[in-house]
Amino acid sequence: MSPIFDALFWLAFGALLYAVRRQRILWPLLALALLLLFNQLFTPGFFRLQVLEGHLYGSRIDILNQGAKVMLLSLGMVLVIATGGVDLSVGAVMAIAAAVAARLVVTSSSATPLAIAAAIAASLLAGAWNGLLVAGFGVQPIVATLILMVAGRGIAQLITEGQIINFSDPLMVFLGNGHLFGLPFTLSLVLAMLLLTHLLVRRTALGLFIESVGDNDRASRYSGISSRQVKFFAYTFSGFCAGLAGLIASSNIKSADANNIGLYLELDAILAVVVGGTALTGGRFYLIGAVIGALFIQTLTTTLYARNVSADISPVPKALVIIGVCLLQSEPFRERLHRLLSRQPA
Amino acid sequence: MPVPCPNQSARVVVGNPVLSIRGLSRRFPGVQALDRVDLAVERGEIHALMGENGAGKSTLIKTLTGVFPRDAGEAALDGVPVNPKSPRAAERLGISTVYQEVNLIPDLSVAENICLGRQPVFLGAIRWGAIARRARQALSRLDLKVDVSRQLSSYPIAIQQLVAIARALDISAKLLILDEPTSSLDDGEAEELFKILRKLRGDGLGILFVTHFLEQVYKLCDSVTILRNGRLVGRFPIKELPRVKLVAHMMGKELQEVEALAQKRVHAAPVREETALLKATGLGRKGSIHPLDLEIRPGEVVGLAGLLGSGRTETARLLFGIDKPDQGSLEIDGVPAILRSPRAAIRQRIALTPEDRKVAGIIPNLTVRENIILALQAGRGPWKRLSRADQEKLADRFIQGLAIKTPHRDQLVKNLSGGNQQKVLLARWLATAARIFILDEPTRGIDVGAKAEVEKLVGALRQDGLGVLFISSELEEIVRQSQRVIVLRDRRQVGELAGAAISVDAILQTIAKEDPEARAA
Repeated sequence: MSPIFDALFWLAFGALLYAVRRQRILWPLLALALLLLFNQLFTPGFFRLQVLEGHLYGSRIDILNQGAKVMLLSLGMVLVIATGGVDLSVGAVMAIAAAVAARLVVTSSSATPLAIAAAIAASLLAGAWNGLLVAGFGVQPIVATLILMVAGRGIAQLITEGQIINFSDPLMVFLGNGHLFGLPFTLSLVLAMLLLTHLLVRRTALGLFIESVGDNDRASRYSGISSRQVKFFAYTFSGFCAGLAGLIASSNIKSADANNIGLYLELDAILAVVVGGTALTGGRFYLIGAVIGALFIQTLTTTLYARNVSADISPVPKALVIIGVCLLQSEPFRERLHRLLSRQPA
Repeated sequence: MPVPCPNQSARVVVGNPVLSIRGLSRRFPGVQALDRVDLAVERGEIHALMGENGAGKSTLIKTLTGVFPRDAGEAALDGVPVNPKSPRAAERLGISTVYQEVNLIPDLSVAENICLGRQPVFLGAIRWGAIARRARQALSRLDLKVDVSRQLSSYPIAIQQLVAIARALDISAKLLILDEPTSSLDDGEAEELFKILRKLRGDGLGILFVTHFLEQVYKLCDSVTILRNGRLVGRFPIKELPRVKLVAHMMGKELQEVEALAQKRVHAAPVREETALLKATGLGRKGSIHPLDLEIRPGEVVGLAGLLGSGRTETARLLFGIDKPDQGSLEIDGVPAILRSPRAAIRQRIALTPEDRKVAGIIPNLTVRENIILALQAGRGPWKRLSRADQEKLADRFIQGLAIKTPHRDQLVKNLSGGNQQKVLLARWLATAARIFILDEPTRGIDVGAKAEVEKLVGALRQDGLGVLFISSELEEIVRQSQRVIVLRDRRQVGELAGAAISVDAILQTIAKEDPEARAA
């Protein structure tokens, strides 16, 4: 039975690769395919799927579930990077959102949806603060978001009063652990957010404005685009995405740990965007590419884990693979490689 | 397949070339930019390279100097085959290039820019004293006296261009390539440059000179190679090539049109309607432009003439809301208006095509379609998106209407030649409901044919009852186009000419005449 499912899986993946063969997301998708193929061939049990209590389990499901946080972050990050900036604060904003939600569900008798709404509001506020610094006051994005990256965890500590707040509220626990349609709920959330973001930037002219501002800020302003509003939007949206990711992260561990929630995830999100084909210099962005990039990074992590690579040294092989993928993305590198391969003996 | 080294007998025209290129080819997606082109530059010769937009001049230079790899063909320097992989490698071989747009680093000092990449070092440490000395030396060959420790961007573009040339001269070059070096220089500066080039020619240097100015070719060059659509038209000694022939070679069949245009002069009596589209009274900004009066009426082209640095661009910046005036007032359609930003200006239906097309005009990595619809979409805001079908219809209309040479509407605009990029910028504003067009050097760096087309477009704007402020350093252009001309000098309005009084002579005299205010002071 499982060989049939595997064959169907690869047939579908192959068709997908063929469908996007002329698009930029071919490269991250191809990298993901190669990594999965490696596992299919060399990692026993990686492709096993099980149904327990009506829910699907397996390494690939784990990847989708575990990767949800970085996928959500990458949706906001890709827009910020496309404007020519970067948002280093998303990890800290996750911690703030988690702290707000946990504090409210534990200490007050208010309804859980209200606590969740408050957490989202806090993350929007954090994003808007970044946007204000970058777009309003012209602070360099790295510096502006570094402020909140450092201060954000302090704010989260203030909210939790230095404690790790544990909770057992069913709705909060459901966010990161529940199932919908037999699959982890996080998957539905990511898909909904991907769809929403896509509609938001591609069904409106926002995407065009973001790319235009990122590619040539001055010329965009001279064409009548409000570069400030565009940037403000991108940072605020990134804060929103970080808030959602923070709720899931705290739900996963059923607590709000201000020091550790989302730690270093900003780096994974930036990496996902780059692997997805969007240049750090801004301009053209690839929304789906960024999500695939996040999936790729999670698959790599899970692969190393499944192959019993110690967590202490796993960053090394991870880094090597990612360097390879980034080189494949680089036009000059591909051209040089092509020249090298087609060079004739003198 | 290896091509044999060029032997002496194969070269028919050339005796002792410092550079000889044979069969050079380069393809870009959708365009054969260079198709088996030959070129030779002799020792002690200034050789002109001419051609229309998209003829392949820039591609030839960039392929020769290793910016792009070549697809086929070969180049020899002093008879030795060369194939540099980067501009730096080309420099080391003795090919020094000054590109069309100043390719220096604005935030570094003049001295650092001149020595960048070849800093004198001692034990791994940069010798700053030696850098400053060398920079001053290099600049003194150009008779240019600037403070080499100041930041490059604090100088006007003309000076920056000369610094770029000084940088190229700093290397012991065998071949100096100048890609439109004079397009941002005024006549005096260009003449200075020519003096230096003639001296270098005397020293035995080979100089490849890319330009659009016919005058300069006849004044300066010994021979010329003409390209058209990526192909070689021919190599000619300049003395044996009449101007008409040269233009005919460059443009192919459109010669009559150019001649007709050269004859034509538009100065119908200015239309006197009730209210001006735009009226500036005593509008000025300290350190930028002295107060000036300016009126643009419907169906009127107002020329803005003056030397480089006379305040033309500064005026455009005030009228487009980029700089805020600190005195005077502005009326649009008779209603007082304050333009706080370009957006505010655009809302008043003012359009600007900026002087520095690459930095402030095009969005290089967006497509032709996206560049064309950008201003229209910006006016509609983010929520009322133009449908893809509407965008395509609009883009195709302008690509056809303005004869924009692009393989496809979804080509990236950075892959277009300068003249076609300029047309895309015009299309961007034509797609909006703009009524006042500020065109700052719309024909700078583009060839004769595209110039004629841009001028035709300006005429069409006038006939449609729009107002145009036409800024150009080519006085002939201004004379042909304008019903009124405002003359600037030293950031001050020094005169206004109208109707039949407009001529190159009159403009020059207005610029040259003594300033009563200066005398009073």
